[in-house]
Amino acid sequence: MSSTVQPLSARRIAWARRRRALAEAGQSYRGSVPGMIGICVLVLVVLMALLAPWISDQAELRAVNTVANPVWASPSHFLPLGTDNLGRSIWAQFVWGARISLLVGLAATVLAIVIGSAVGVTSGFVGGWTDAVLMRLTEWFLVIPFLPLAIVLAAVLGPSVTNVIIVIGITSWPSTARLIRAQVLTLKERLYVDRSRALGASRRHLMGKHILPNVAPLILANTTLTVPIAILSETTLSFLGLGDPTRASWGKMLNEAFDAGALSRNAWWYYLPAGLGIMAVVLAFTLCGQALEEILDPRLRERRT
Amino acid sequence: MSARFVGRKLAGAFVTLLFVVCFNFFLFRVVEGDPVANLFRGRNLTVEQRDELRRQFGLDGSQAIQFVRYVEQTAKLNLGRSYTSNEPVVSEIRRRAWPTIALVGISTLLSTVFGVLIGIAAAWKRGSFTDYAGTTVTMATYSMPDFWLGMLLLITFGVTLGWFPIGGITDPNSGATGIVKLLDQGRHMFLPALTLTVAYLGEYALVMRSSLLDTMREDYLTLARAKGLRDTLVRNRHAVPNALLPVVTLIAINFGFVLSGAIAVETIFSWPGLGLATYEALNGPDLPMLQGLFLVFSAAVIFFNLVADLLYAYLDPRVRTS
Repeated sequence: MSSTVQPLSARRIAWARRRRALAEAGQSYRGSVPGMIGICVLVLVVLMALLAPWISDQAELRAVNTVANPVWASPSHFLPLGTDNLGRSIWAQFVWGARISLLVGLAATVLAIVIGSAVGVTSGFVGGWTDAVLMRLTEWFLVIPFLPLAIVLAAVLGPSVTNVIIVIGITSWPSTARLIRAQVLTLKERLYVDRSRALGASRRHLMGKHILPNVAPLILANTTLTVPIAILSETTLSFLGLGDPTRASWGKMLNEAFDAGALSRNAWWYYLPAGLGIMAVVLAFTLCGQALEEILDPRLRERRT
Repeated sequence: MSARFVGRKLAGAFVTLLFVVCFNFFLFRVVEGDPVANLFRGRNLTVEQRDELRRQFGLDGSQAIQFVRYVEQTAKLNLGRSYTSNEPVVSEIRRRAWPTIALVGISTLLSTVFGVLIGIAAAWKRGSFTDYAGTTVTMATYSMPDFWLGMLLLITFGVTLGWFPIGGITDPNSGATGIVKLLDQGRHMFLPALTLTVAYLGEYALVMRSSLLDTMREDYLTLARAKGLRDTLVRNRHAVPNALLPVVTLIAINFGFVLSGAIAVETIFSWPGLGLATYEALNGPDLPMLQGLFLVFSAAVIFFNLVADLLYAYLDPRVRTS
């Protein structure tokens, strides 16, 4: 092997170290039972959402195509999950709804994490006035009650999937910003960063080589913990009638079930699947996030011992 | 706690409130088409009548004039009139605040008590069956949409078993007064309160558990044990009071948020509080009402954040001195 003959470059050493750290993290993640349960559930749900066109008929989502179907049919009369008040298949709504719920949850989280990380890193790294202004803004977003703000924004922007993503994204970044800023502040004081700075490293070098690689794991763990919150927010907004009226989502299913009187009819096949789906996905993301957090967050790592 | 500390916190809260007031104005100006035209569509109004209505709703003049007038009126606690009921928004909100305060107050109290107890039991016997059972149940309730939990309880205890009324705050046909009326209201409150209690208990249990786990690593607990104190005494006198600190602030902060968080649950149970008022204003759409509610919800969060900050400083001497 050439690497044993030639001296290793700094870059290769760094990458070997990162690969080793990743392998170690993967090893301890596999040791976490809740984390593995979470992953399995997520794989199942994502598969279901991806395979939607093959395992259900999209035409069954529109009432114009389901005139021939019985209405309020229980699963024993209409396979596999019965029908709603318009004869639409619950199974089709559930499968296609998973797509929108997951899409909104993931996209809104990406938006929130990008804003939160940008604000947190800038605030912590640059400091001074920038920090003061950004933190004031963050605090202000923290105290604005999320749901009313989201409701007002959704009403202002109009109901569409993109707008729901934007609304959830711009209302859920502040806690990430705070977390990342705190981490950057402690990193900035580390000796190796001081040393690097003393050797004349540019801001860009410090940011790229020392700060970002060290906050990245925390950002990852925080992402996994933000998705469930985003999904629950989508559910509540859709339930209040602020979601996209043309696309089935789990929240919209619950909204329509409630409005159509599924409760007084006790049409359990209508209101149970969506709720259980949300619960499973939220729980799975939380389990994964906590397992990751315990491995990647330096403050929690101590507690395990 | 120094007067300077309190003053700084108060000033901070006031500035945030001002921010919200300004934000509120601009946010709602973006929505508007012409509410007067929308509201009286299909009626023949003369130009004078139309202008008169605009003036009543405070929609005449330039944006700048409207803004100044808005701030002035808000400072006088005049939030305009509701488009739907034509009542002053302030009196509407005042009327609907009590059901929400009662509901949220009772649910917060119950969820904290049970949440903290579950958290203590789980952390003290870490890894035991109690810990697993407690953590599993709290994680499960934490993962449910709160209104879906409400739907399940409504179906089980309201529709199927018929033990509790399925909505509203009183029985409209009874006409009872005094203690009987109060009992009737309590019966109506049971299901929404149970929903909110179970929905919020998980968070308190998880925070209490993790806080107590951190406290259990402290040296003063080892010392307390070394003194030969019984296990319960170590827990109740030394561990729990210190571990309660983050939970106390969480309660204060959450109380502000729960006021607005009950929107979906109040809708499910037709509980006539601020949450249902929001839902109705949204479907109106009744913009002055929505604007007023947004202001009240934000003010509540700011106020309880302030309470949490002061409480934390009062309880934790380390914060006070820094």
